Amino acid sequence: MYTESPAVRKVPRAMTSANRPGHHSEVTLRVNGKPHTLLVDHRRVLLDLLREDLDLTGAKKGCDHGQCGACTVLVDGRRLNSCLLLAVTLDGSEVTTVEGLGGHGEEPHPLQRAFLDRDALQCGYCTPGQLCSAVGMLTEAAAGHPSHVTDPATPSGRPVPLDRPEIRERMSGNLCRCGAYPRIVEAVEDVIR
Amino acid sequence: MNGFAYLRPGSVQEAVEAFAGHPGAHYLAGGTNLVDLMKLGVTRPATLIDVGRLPLGTVEELPDGSLRVGATVRNSDLAADPRVRDRYPVLSQALLAGASGQLRNAATTGGNLLQRTRCPYFQDLGKPCNKREPGTGCGARQGVHRDHAVLGHSEHCVATHPSDMAVALAALDAQVELYGTDGARRVPVDDFYRLPGEHPERDTWIRPGELITGVLLPAATAGVPSAYRKARDRASYAFALASVAVVLRVADGVVDQVGIAFGALAHRPWRARHAELALLGAPAGPAAFEGAVALELAHAEPLRDNAYKVPLARNLALDVLNRLAPAPATAA
Repeated sequence: MYTESPAVRKVPRAMTSANRPGHHSEVTLRVNGKPHTLLVDHRRVLLDLLREDLDLTGAKKGCDHGQCGACTVLVDGRRLNSCLLLAVTLDGSEVTTVEGLGGHGEEPHPLQRAFLDRDALQCGYCTPGQLCSAVGMLTEAAAGHPSHVTDPATPSGRPVPLDRPEIRERMSGNLCRCGAYPRIVEAVEDVIR
Repeated sequence: MNGFAYLRPGSVQEAVEAFAGHPGAHYLAGGTNLVDLMKLGVTRPATLIDVGRLPLGTVEELPDGSLRVGATVRNSDLAADPRVRDRYPVLSQALLAGASGQLRNAATTGGNLLQRTRCPYFQDLGKPCNKREPGTGCGARQGVHRDHAVLGHSEHCVATHPSDMAVALAALDAQVELYGTDGARRVPVDDFYRLPGEHPERDTWIRPGELITGVLLPAATAGVPSAYRKARDRASYAFALASVAVVLRVADGVVDQVGIAFGALAHRPWRARHAELALLGAPAGPAAFEGAVALELAHAEPLRDNAYKVPLARNLALDVLNRLAPAPATAA
């Protein structure tokens, strides 16, 4: 264990570890609009790359097995569990984390604003995942993706209206152990309106 | 996790050749199950062959009226495809009953078929498991097995197959398209999966190095009324305790076409052939449905703590059958 100076931290961790031949590859990702080229250990998952190589600690490690949703980020616009994505498979992808939701400047994304207004969190650990998941979920519903609670008779290919049961079902991949669910749903409703 | 080599072939042919040249390789697509199993140490590939970007990501209509689903079509996209929703509603419903939005965005059609059991003994290296390590015994048979099989299990394994999608595909008479160094072949989903017998380490009849290239949804079940129902411990985002997929066409009050498959009851999607035989040509109605489902579930051999699955599966099946059957014409 050693503490790294800011200058040393620019070097991707993978390059400083023992390089076994054939077990590392170079990948280029755009993260929140900025390109990054890194030599990654094939075992590196996107979540660890973001947090440890790029110092983007917004996405959280909860279960590390795709069961809690705390690590949710957007990859090419789709919400995914970054703990289950091997970074080497993502060469050329566009990644958006909670740090990049608000775009340039300090203005938060409307959903971030709604979470603040509704006090839709307690400890906050799941919040970055909730936010990225909700952004992805709104895109899916607008593109006509049905959910488990969508009436099968709803016409295909048209935006699905999101009532509370729809929001709850579509956000079920994001656990909140503080139980802030009612206000998370209200915050999402605020953005839809 | 051990280190591994990584290959990203540009074609199906290159993929199967890469497998032939790399003993101990695994194909990787969405990774929602495989990467997890690698983290757990259950699967330790020497090489990953990434097939996630192969040109197998489309749903195409074939001239005979069937629908061909490419192996890398994501579960979320398949569930939303208007042709699937309109013609094979049971498939869309089954997909949407599984996993979470994030996982469905990553998981592929081929990978879903090949996902491994979620039996906790299989996932825990500290426990005996014949599926993970043949010859070590089955911890679940006398252990914690509330979620386990009631049909078709063996003394060596009582695990269930976790897929919802595969249950719908079995009821729809879908076929799995495979490609290997010996060429292409097609296998009905119902014949793709094995019962555990003495070799629970093998989930399917896929040959070493064969790659799933797609799934064929036949014209014969297109547009036939169908539905999926799943019971689980919470309202969303949980594996099934029991589920059922039903494809049912009734003509003049008589069952004209029927496919019934149960999920979470066995080592594979359980096609209810006894029930189907009893129903074909029978008057569609609650009495016939009850008799047919009872005939099938009479084969159940529940373990100490999972007998609840039998009435649960029965009730799910009867609910869906009765819902799909058109209301009888009012007596003259």
